[in-house]
Amino acid sequence: MKGRFLINGETWELEFPPEATLLEVLRSNGFTEVKHGCDDGLCGACAVLLNGKPVPSCQVLAATATDQPIVTAQGLGTVHRPHPIQKALAEAGAVQCGFCTPGIVVSTYALLQKTPDPTEEEIRHALDGHICRCTGYVKILEGVRLAAQRWKRAK
Amino acid sequence: MTEFKRVRHSVEKIDAVSLATGAARFTDDFELRDPLYLKILYSPHAHAEIVDLDPSEAEALDGVVAVFYYGNVPRVLHTTAGQGYPEPSPYDTVLFDRKVRFVGDRVAMVAAESPEIAEEALKRIRVTYRVLPAVFDMEEALKPDAPKLHTDDEFAKIPVPYDPSRNLAAEVEFSYGDPARGFAEADFVIEHEYRTPYMSHSALEPHAALAYLDEQGRLVIISSTQVPFHARRITAMVLGIPLRKIRVIKPRIGGGFGGKQEVLLEPLVGLATWRTGRPSRLVLSREEVLFATRTRHEMKIRLKTGVRRKDGAIVALEMDALMNAGAYGSHALTVLTNTGSKTLPLLNKIPHLRFHGRSVYTNLPVGGAYRGYGATQGYFALGQQVDIIARELGMDVLEFYKRWHIREGETSEVFKALGEGREGVEQVIHSCRLDECIDRGAEAIGWYEKRGKRHRPAPHRVRGVGMIAAMQGSAIPEIDMGSAYMKMNDDGSFNLHVGATDLGTGSDTVLAQIAAEVLDIPVDRIIVRSSDTDLTPFDVGAYASSTTYLSGEAVRKCALEIRRQILQVAAEMLQAPAERLSVEEGRAVDPATGQGVSYEEVALYSLYQRNQFQIQATASHIVHESPPPFIAQFAEVEVDLQTGEVAVVHFVSAVDCGTPINPRLVEGQVEGAVLDGITHTLFAEYRFDDKGRPLNLNFEDYKMPTFRDLPKITTIVVDSYEETGPFGAKSVAEIGINGPAPAIANAIYDAIGIRFFEIPITPEKVFRALKAHGILESTP
Ligand code: FES
Ligand code: FES
Repeated sequence: MKGRFLINGETWELEFPPEATLLEVLRSNGFTEVKHGCDDGLCGACAVLLNGKPVPSCQVLAATATDQPIVTAQGLGTVHRPHPIQKALAEAGAVQCGFCTPGIVVSTYALLQKTPDPTEEEIRHALDGHICRCTGYVKILEGVRLAAQRWKRAK
Repeated sequence: MTEFKRVRHSVEKIDAVSLATGAARFTDDFELRDPLYLKILYSPHAHAEIVDLDPSEAEALDGVVAVFYYGNVPRVLHTTAGQGYPEPSPYDTVLFDRKVRFVGDRVAMVAAESPEIAEEALKRIRVTYRVLPAVFDMEEALKPDAPKLHTDDEFAKIPVPYDPSRNLAAEVEFSYGDPARGFAEADFVIEHEYRTPYMSHSALEPHAALAYLDEQGRLVIISSTQVPFHARRITAMVLGIPLRKIRVIKPRIGGGFGGKQEVLLEPLVGLATWRTGRPSRLVLSREEVLFATRTRHEMKIRLKTGVRRKDGAIVALEMDALMNAGAYGSHALTVLTNTGSKTLPLLNKIPHLRFHGRSVYTNLPVGGAYRGYGATQGYFALGQQVDIIARELGMDVLEFYKRWHIREGETSEVFKALGEGREGVEQVIHSCRLDECIDRGAEAIGWYEKRGKRHRPAPHRVRGVGMIAAMQGSAIPEIDMGSAYMKMNDDGSFNLHVGATDLGTGSDTVLAQIAAEVLDIPVDRIIVRSSDTDLTPFDVGAYASSTTYLSGEAVRKCALEIRRQILQVAAEMLQAPAERLSVEEGRAVDPATGQGVSYEEVALYSLYQRNQFQIQATASHIVHESPPPFIAQFAEVEVDLQTGEVAVVHFVSAVDCGTPINPRLVEGQVEGAVLDGITHTLFAEYRFDDKGRPLNLNFEDYKMPTFRDLPKITTIVVDSYEETGPFGAKSVAEIGINGPAPAIANAIYDAIGIRFFEIPITPEKVFRALKAHGILESTP
């Protein structure tokens, strides 16, 4: 089937099998910043913002995600113009292999939109759906705190 | 402390922003034109002979291009262990055999136009199995009448004990002194058996490999591998393709932890592409990663120690390790060896010692390399036993370690005796700040305020503290080799090409820092390319805690040669003797005259003006010893006397890894290792049913910790200076995983006086133990 997707501010007419997940549609159309870490909605590597809310895109039927804004990590920042969240995670040492990072970036974005000054509890809660096997999460917490400071200043 | 400008600084990881924005590409992110999708058919039986396999129905399906199985793929014995050649692991594996040896063994592979078609085709392969008796228990497997797994022509490539007719995948034996006499002289003897289960690395990126033919018809393989050069060599051998026709590239990789030091997928994509001429893609699902790749070896360790009461000396020690290799002997010898060789030298003053290990085949998943590599299992035993001994002596365990651990200038007979598939290498310790690690860790955890105090933050919750000291190694001496190539560009920047493999650890960054230190330039002037068998020089790959120490020294040598050439050109430009010149902030300067030239001027001169040549260099490095990093790790736990739940309140590591080239990355290595250690201490393990089928194959059932489970983790980096390492560095990648299990078990004992000799220490086990000891408190 065909559908209109609003990805990172651009409109895409995409063809996809009816049972395809949003993750599959995104990855097969070049949005490979959205990662595939499990198949069960349990790792968060595939997180994107759908209507501003972080969702595991592997659990979303593509057909239900048409005509709604979708934001990926690339939509927030690029190598030349990284988002303050991306820069802060990088600086804090929160990025080891980086496979979990694009997902964590979008969840952090959603968190800081709502809660610019999150407590540690709020950070832990917001990122709880993300598995990171490399960092032990310590530096990710630091990175999110740093991002909150930076972003507040930038705004 | 030596002053450094580029190393010993927490430089941002050079690929971090690229990764955080999602620009960086992992294996599965590469596009292939018109690829074949590969899917594997796995054995549902733990042990069976394939009487017949009929692929015709699958082949007839529209969109199926090929079905590979024993009928059309030559039987080439090899090991999947990505180790140096000749590998110390037995050659007992073929791509597709007529026999399957565990639930998850490969039976066939389909190549099709879409993943869906491939999936459908798998169902149409008709396989007739003759189910054979299976064996899952290590001791059972060693009995004379046990089913045998490898009964054909499997062999060991090097002369090591290997006897598949007894299911013996490897055996190690070593002793010095006279243990019997030692035990006879001891005032008391303590003997316990410790068990650690099957565990999964579960790197977040599932294993993936792609292949295509380049315009010359060469086979290019992109793979999530820790060992690109070994992958090329083994793939060439298995497929019978000349090595020169294969190129292996490791792009960004989503973690490894040892799980990708294994040549599993490269021969499969290579096979499909070489046979069909089409690109191919093979990406495992999370479930496949869990049941069909590699695991941490299950182990059972019997540890016997004889102790002299007056000074607490261990006068005799016997360690007997029984290791479950699973169905194939990948790393079966070397992991086992490390259980002794990376633990016993820590207490180097034991006069009588014996280590015996056996690694046995069973019909369970295959063990492999896993961060800690046998030492982790060994420390679970040794770390608790030391606690038990110290308590028996009425001695503070910190004092026990300080009195008996190996020190600078000292050696251990174990170093010489136990190598990797051969004798080890004698070595003397040049750097050891373990005492300081112990003191600073003790302070951070509040050892003296908390030990034995059984503080109760709530009426039914009680706290305790425990600790352990440990060592690891840095690279495999006289075996591992790393190398580097550098050249200078017009603008005074440099390309640095290394075979070393960055798994997300940050080794590209660390190696760039080392080059930048030699040349005194900002790290961003170094452009790193790593892990491409066509473009980068050889490196054994990322394992055995080797990259910083081994490949780092290759880079340092290479950069020194570049510096020499720069000074030679500058001497010509400045009309000054080269010996008088030095480098400073990206310039070659003459201290005598104050004159200097920038690297850019040097580059432009050497490339375009006079006596033109390319400033470039290569260097290789092997190491003659494997200096251990040291660590002291402390746990504070809280045990719920009603539910048996154990929570880690605080975990402290104080590590001596020589000069920390990048302190933040050092902390990250330790923190990641610690959390994985805690995970496998308290809840995660493989569970199997009585048919050998793994039962927990997703992140819910094989529970991985998330932010919610994160305890307070403190990491203290204690500098030392290792004279044989680049700028004083040793390794840090593995050591942090050794402490959590024994330190937590010791802390639980401190809280409730109950020993757990087996991990994971689940709430159910604690609950039962509390009940058995009559200290379970009823829920109100
Ligand atoms: S891939 Fe979607 S949650 Fe893991
Ligand atoms: S950095 Fe590797 S999984 Fe998070």
